[in-house]
Parts: sequence; structure tokens; C-alpha cells
Amino acid sequence: MAENFEPVIVGFLCNWCAYAGADLAGVSRLQYPPNMRAIRVMCSGMVHPNLVVEALEKGADGVIIMG
Amino acid sequence: MVECGRHLNIELLTLSEVEKIEGSEGNFTVTIRQKPRYVDMDKCIACGLCAEKCPKKVPDEYNEGLSVRKAAYIKYGQTVPLKYAIDPDHCIFIQKGKCRACEKFCPTGAIDFNKEHKDEIIQVNVGSVIVAPGFKAFDPSVFDHYAYTQFKDVVTGLEYERLLSASGPYMGHLKRPSDGKEPKKIAWLQCVGSRNINRADNGYCSSVCCMYAIKQALVTAEHTTGDVEQAIFYMDIRTHGKEFEAYYEQAKEKGIRFIQSRIHTVYPNPEGGIIVEYYDAEKGQRVLEPYDMLVLSVGLETDKSAIELANTLGIKLNKYNFVETSSFNPVATNVPGIYASGCFQAPKDIPQSVTEASSAAAAASIALSKARGTLTKEKTFPPEKDVAAEEPRIGVFVCSCGINIAGTVDVKELTEYAKTLPNVVFAENNLFTCSQDTQVLIAEKIKEHNLNRVVVAACTPRTHEPMFRETLKNAGLNEYLFEMANIRNQNSWVHSKEPEKATAKAKDQVRMAVAKAAMLQPLEHLSVQVNQSALVIGGGISGMTTALGLADQGYETILLEKSDKLGGNAWNLRRTWRGEEIKPFLEQLIARVENHPNIKVFKNASIKTSKGAVGDFVSEVDVNGEIKTIKYGIAVVCTGAKEYKPNEYLYGEDERVFTHLEFEEKLQNGISGKQGAVFIQCVGSREPERPYCSRLCCTHTMQSAIELKKTNPEMPVYVLYRDIRTYGEREDLYKEARELGVIFIRYTRENKPKVFKDGNDLVVQVQDHILKQDVEIRPDYLVLATAIVPHDNKELVELYKCSVNNEGFLQEAHAKLRPVDLTVDGMFLAGLCHYPKPIDEAVAQAQAAVSRASTILSKSVMPLDSIKSYVTENCDGCALCVDTCPYGAITLVNYDKDGQTLQKIEINKALCKGCGVCEATCPKKGVFVHGFTNEQLRAQVAAALEIV
Repeated sequence: MAENFEPVIVGFLCNWCAYAGADLAGVSRLQYPPNMRAIRVMCSGMVHPNLVVEALEKGADGVIIMG
Repeated sequence: MVECGRHLNIELLTLSEVEKIEGSEGNFTVTIRQKPRYVDMDKCIACGLCAEKCPKKVPDEYNEGLSVRKAAYIKYGQTVPLKYAIDPDHCIFIQKGKCRACEKFCPTGAIDFNKEHKDEIIQVNVGSVIVAPGFKAFDPSVFDHYAYTQFKDVVTGLEYERLLSASGPYMGHLKRPSDGKEPKKIAWLQCVGSRNINRADNGYCSSVCCMYAIKQALVTAEHTTGDVEQAIFYMDIRTHGKEFEAYYEQAKEKGIRFIQSRIHTVYPNPEGGIIVEYYDAEKGQRVLEPYDMLVLSVGLETDKSAIELANTLGIKLNKYNFVETSSFNPVATNVPGIYASGCFQAPKDIPQSVTEASSAAAAASIALSKARGTLTKEKTFPPEKDVAAEEPRIGVFVCSCGINIAGTVDVKELTEYAKTLPNVVFAENNLFTCSQDTQVLIAEKIKEHNLNRVVVAACTPRTHEPMFRETLKNAGLNEYLFEMANIRNQNSWVHSKEPEKATAKAKDQVRMAVAKAAMLQPLEHLSVQVNQSALVIGGGISGMTTALGLADQGYETILLEKSDKLGGNAWNLRRTWRGEEIKPFLEQLIARVENHPNIKVFKNASIKTSKGAVGDFVSEVDVNGEIKTIKYGIAVVCTGAKEYKPNEYLYGEDERVFTHLEFEEKLQNGISGKQGAVFIQCVGSREPERPYCSRLCCTHTMQSAIELKKTNPEMPVYVLYRDIRTYGEREDLYKEARELGVIFIRYTRENKPKVFKDGNDLVVQVQDHILKQDVEIRPDYLVLATAIVPHDNKELVELYKCSVNNEGFLQEAHAKLRPVDLTVDGMFLAGLCHYPKPIDEAVAQAQAAVSRASTILSKSVMPLDSIKSYVTENCDGCALCVDTCPYGAITLVNYDKDGQTLQKIEINKALCKGCGVCEATCPKKGVFVHGFTNEQLRAQVAAALEIV
């Protein structure tokens, strides 16, 4: 693996907890690597398994579902 | 502010003062003097040319005089209403008869010097009056030893706040005022103009300065580069608010020094900055220490103009010039129909001010409930343009948020990038996309470019989406044709050290938002019928106050009490901190509740089930073993809290050891004893397993200690404490206790007092904080100021899907903006279940809950969110989703097609919360959630990975 490997991670964030948590991380100025691209969902239970597979197929290095 | 400015039923009168008030509750005539603005509000488009061309520079009061404004000005960028004004005291034309530059350059001819300008006298007829003139920051010039007027690098807390602000004099990059260098070592001095009767006459604690100093110390690191040292000089750290103590602990962990000492004198430092002199109690010596800056944490006091206003209105003020109120009616002044809220009532922080504002609104509207709705105006929106069949034309608005975003993300580059994205026909950058003028601008751009989808790249949709949606509605677009890219909270704030990567991420975020926006469809507006009745859970003071507030406005209210008696914890208390007798008030409250025609009281009752949602809840309750079904539109949770029973300090092992409440009962019968009493504070509070301050124990201890001293002047009384937190005017009790000879000994969490038995003697051993030696006390009574702990709210939380914080207190929707709303629509909270608080604050919070609940109950129909599931033609009735729906919103129904009976699902829109579990379960794209369809989410995934 290349030393400067920068993974692209697709995140599905529940509007009520993880997304709010990500907002709070902002308010608290917690610094984290900018590799995740967040998609807001109304519940982590909303994420169809096909979406995860599709994200990986399209080149995502990881998928994280937070809820 | 923006919401207030655009509300149809709020008329703003700016530059106005109350001249006179006549009449009485329900029918006041208020005479108002309005000063001229010299700008026609209808013509002014707030372009700012007048200010740009105005030659007269004036110290900018908003920035505490640290920068300049012009004589033609707005107070700050988000001013409401956003209209310029001419300051007649500084305008060259008004003062000297020459200039008129602003008039020449104003593109709309809004400047108006020609008319003869006189103050305008306006009369308004109102039923209630709420007074909220706020506070003035204490002026520390009187303390020559802090050298505030001599050294530029000594600033007040408010000035420091401006130095940190993006809209402040240095655009949020911290500089030392004397030479513009970045400060590396900053000190804060607490209690400047608070807890001081020497030269300030302010004996009270201002309640907010400890928190603002800690906040400033913590955020300083974000506004400077490299390492920075922060030290806070204090007497007692008072972080008594909800989750404040954890913040204090966090500050200590991050290396902020807390020095318990007062700075004696401030000297100039030849190398720049200042030198402070203080006594270091740990070392037992005088210390001289250089700092780049000293921030004086100035207290809050009532402004002279507010005192004049009080005189005009006939409102009584107390000795500290705060409005005199009672604990049982905390927002009512001595004049019926006139209410006070905010720091004019007593110094307080934002959550409490917001709560109290709602409380004043409730008090004012209960008095006027008969006239409710007679003068209200309804909002009308232009008819919605049908854009469903049009090709997407997307407009992108990129917010700089001052420097919050623009300081990290290259917003210009981002805006240019947005223009290149498919379907985007317009993109621009705004300083504050949320400001009122930008809303007007967005509406204009929608018309000008025929936009049918809007993307805003700014902060979080969780706070700002509703506002932008309304902007779309005003422009004749369906509000759901809107998408946000969260480039502040989830980008610039969290990647502030990596601006290039942050900009790249922002581009991805905008691209994803645009991809989704292109697929958005207009959604139908839904509403529910509101059952205009209420359920109040818990029959203590908060619950009863809430029930009465609702019932007095004519709403049928059910009050549920788990025990066989109303009143709760208040039965165990005798007096409020102001000295008012609690029992008569409590008895009166209970009598009113039990005899109120609109209140049904269920005792020995508990709630078993809950179905439905805001406006239409149905529950089964167990009343004395009998199950009843009740229906209600909103619910207020007032389940209270209880006293912690400790397992330390020989509690339960020696009959001389009491908790707070136990000792209260003992005191009632009168006590005596030569050996005296010892109080230990923070028993169970501010501990790792309960890392919060119980807020009321210090005040309660003062009350008991004072009573002991007054009835037995010879009796020695000791208070062992960590920080005394008699916030606000309660500080007077602390002073009185000291004057009566109560001895205060400070201990630390690491070196707690030890309690043991020596023969028959009860021995308390503690290290004296001045002598640094162990002291032994052999008291007759040991009183433990134990924590307030929440009841187990687990069942309630599961029933209503609301939430609790780490400590088990119910969690409000937003600490500052929605302090009495629960996270579930139509549910509110008040009293100890939220956080420990004294009676006056519990009553205020209960009234606030009444106010918030009334916003729903006052109308028979309430609009609903449109983000709900819908069934597509692909549904074949396999019913996989029926069982997975957590809200029971899906049912299977039969239908006829070509003579065949087929099955498909049906969604109950009131029950559906749009969680989309059905969408993820369905194997055949038969059910989607509006605004989050599989296709829309796929588009976002694809857009996110386009660059890979």
C-alpha cells in the first residue's frame, strides 16, 4: 500500500444521532481526517444493503454506517 | 433574530423608548417615543453605500470601541431589521449643516434629511407588557489596581469576546491590542464587579462569568497559532449549569491553569504586555508573573436606562437594581400585567434567559387567554410554481459564515467549482447566507434565473434547513426542492488545520448535494388534527404549575402522579432561599389543581403505553390498578428527582449523620448542641461517577447554617466545601453566614474530609486550606449535602423514544435554543427531571413548558413534515416491511385489479417518522421515503465517488 494512501470512505449518518454527533464534533472543534463523505439519512436502518455494495463497487475504500 | 424579524405577529419598533404607561392589566396604553432614523425603511436595501461614503468615523460600540463604524451605520452584519440608520450625534450634516454624502450616493433615495425630523410619539394598546432590557457589563475603570484604563492589554471579558469574533476588530485572529502581536500567555481574573461591595456595590454573583471565562480560555487556542498558555484567577469556580462541570473538567484536562487567588496589582511589562502580582497560597508567597494580556471577567449589572424604564413603569427593583420577584411567580413584577425576564430579573445565562422568556410569554398570554387569536395574522405564501416537469435548474449559495468557513475553505474556488456542475445555472458566495438580506437575495435569484432547486453550502441542516425552506416558499417554490451541504460543522470546523483538503472535501460535498438536488421532487404538505388537550406526568411543583398554566388557558389537562399525594419533594422543604414559606404556597397550589374544572388528577398512576404522535397521542395508564385510555395532543414530563443516599462519611451508621433533607426535618423541631454542626458539600456530586454540580446544595447549606447560628449563636458551625456556588443574589446568604461566624474550610476531591468514631465521639478530620494542617472537629451533627439524582426514567424514555444524558437527566432538544422541548415533537419537560434546580427556576421552567406547549395546542390543525414513506407501484404486498416498521405505521390492504384481489401496503402518515427501515427492507423498490429515496441516495454515493 502506498505510503500516502488516502482512503475514500462513504459514511451514512443517522440524522438524529451520528449526524448530530458530527455537527457537535464541529461545534467542539474536534479535528479528524477529511476522508469521509457523509450522506445524511433519516435512520441508519434506511440504508439498503445494495447501497453499501454499490459504494464499494464504485471505488469506496470503506463504508461506515453510523446510527 | 431573523425569525423574530420576519414573524407576522411581531411588530418591531426600533429606536424607541417607553414614555408613559396608563391603564391596567388587560388594557394598557403605552406611549412610545420613536427617534428618527433618517433612512426610509421601505427604500433602504442595505447595500451599505451610505456607510462606505460617510466620512465620519465613530467608535464602534458593538465592538466595544475596538474598531470604528461610520455615522451612517448598522450595528452589526445580522442586524434585524437590516436597515441602515444615521447617528444624529455624529452625523456631520446634522451637527454642522454640511456633507450629505450618503444622500448623494444612496441608489434608492432612502436617505431623508429634508423632512423636519422630530421624535415621533406612538401610542399602542396592549394587554400585557414584558420588560427585557438586558444588562450592562460592569465598567472596571474604578479599580485602579487592575489598570484597565492605563494598559491596552487589560481588556474586559466582553472586549475579549469581540477580539475572538469573526465579525470583531481583527476578524477573529487574536491580537494583543497594544502592538498587534499574537498573545501567547493570557490571564483571566474572575469576579470583577461581582461579589464585591468595596468599590462596586455589587454583592451578588453574576452567575455567568466562570463559564464565559472557561469558554474564552478554551476557544482561544482556535484563534491563535502554536501553543498558548491560559490561566484563570478565581475565588470559587461556579459551573453549576447542566453539563457545565464537565466543561470545567475538560478545561483542566486541556491544561488551563486555575489559580485560586486574586490578582493584587497589574504592572506594565517593559517587554510588552503586563505583569500581575498575586499571592500563591500553595507556595505561601507573593508571585510576579508576566502575561501578554489580562482579561477582566466583568460582571453584569442593570443599566441606568433600565432603572429609568422601571421607574416609568412603576416596577419595584431590589437593592441590586434587579426586578423584585417572588420564587413562586418568578417573572411577575409588582405591577399586575407587567412581566420581566432575562438579566433584568437577575443575572443569568442563555439557557435560563431563553426559558424565562418563554415563561414571561406564558404568564402574559395566560392573562390574555380569552382574547387569544383575535389579532393574529396568518402567513400567506405565493402560490407554488409547478416545476415537477421542468429540467432541474439549480442555484448554489456558498456561505462564508464570516471566517468560520472562509477561514479554512476557499469559498471563491468552491463557488466557481459549483458553477461547473451539471444542472447548476447559478452560484454565488455570501458573507452570511442566513442573514435576512440574503434571504431576499435568494428569492430574487430564484426569479431572475428561474431556479427550481436550491443548494446552500453552509452550516448544518439540523438548525438552518427550516429557515431556508421558508425562503423557498416565499419565492413560490416547493420547500422540499432544497438541499444543504454541511461545509462548516462537518468540514471547516473539523479540518481547520488542512485548508486544501477541506476545500477538496467541500467540493465533493457540494457535488453530492447538487446530485441529490437534481432528483428532488416537490412534496405535498401534510397536517394533523390537534387534540387540544394535555398530559402532565408528575405532580410536584413543576407538574402542578404546568397543569395550571395549561388549564387556565382552557386546555383540558390530565395530571398523572405516581404516589397518592401531590406536591413531590416540596413537602420536605420549608423555605425558599428568599425566605418565603413553601408550605402555604404548596397547599394553595394543590387546592387549585384539585378543584380546577379543566384538570383531571390521577394519583397512584403510571403510564403504560404510548401511541401516536404530536397532536394525537393515545396512552394506557394504570390508575390504582385500573387501566384507562387517555388521549392528548402534547405531554409535559415533570418526573422530578431525588436525594442521593450516600455510602460514605458514616451515613446510616451513626444517627448524628444526616442528609440535607433529613436535617431539614430535624431543624424544624429546633436543635441545640455545644459541639456544633459540620456540613460537607458535594457529597456524591462533582465525582467521577456523577460529574455534575447539584446546583442547590450550597444555597441550602447557607440557609441551614444561618438558621443554626441565629437560633444558637454560640454553636460552632463548619462548612467543608470545594467551591461555594451561591450564584446570583444567593451570594448574600454566603456573606451573611460568614458574618454570623460560620467557618468555611476548603477541601479538594483528592483530599476529602475523613469521618470516624473515637469512642462515642463523631470525628471529622479535614485539612485546613490555609494552615495546611489537619483539623479535628467533634460535632453533634454532621450534615451531608448530597447530590440530586434523577429517577429511573428508562420506561418513559422507551415509551416516548426521548433521551437522557449521561447522568440520567432528560435531554432537552437544544440546551440554548430549545431548553424545555424534548427531542420528540409535542413533548416538553420541566423541573428536576431536567437538572437540579431551586423552586423559582422550576416554576419558570414549568411556565416555559406551558408557553411552548401552547404553540401547538392553540391551533386545531398542525402542519406536519412531509418526509414520510410512500408506496410505489412495485409493491406486491410481500409484507416484509410490515413487521420491521418500528412505529407500526404500515398495514397490508387488499385491492382489486382486473377482477383479481391483490395486496399492497398502506402508510399511516401521522405515525410514520420517515426512518426508512421499510426502504432498506424492501427487496423490490416498493417503498421509499420522500427526500431520501434509494435513487437519491444512490446519486449521492455516485457523486461522492466520482473523483475516485
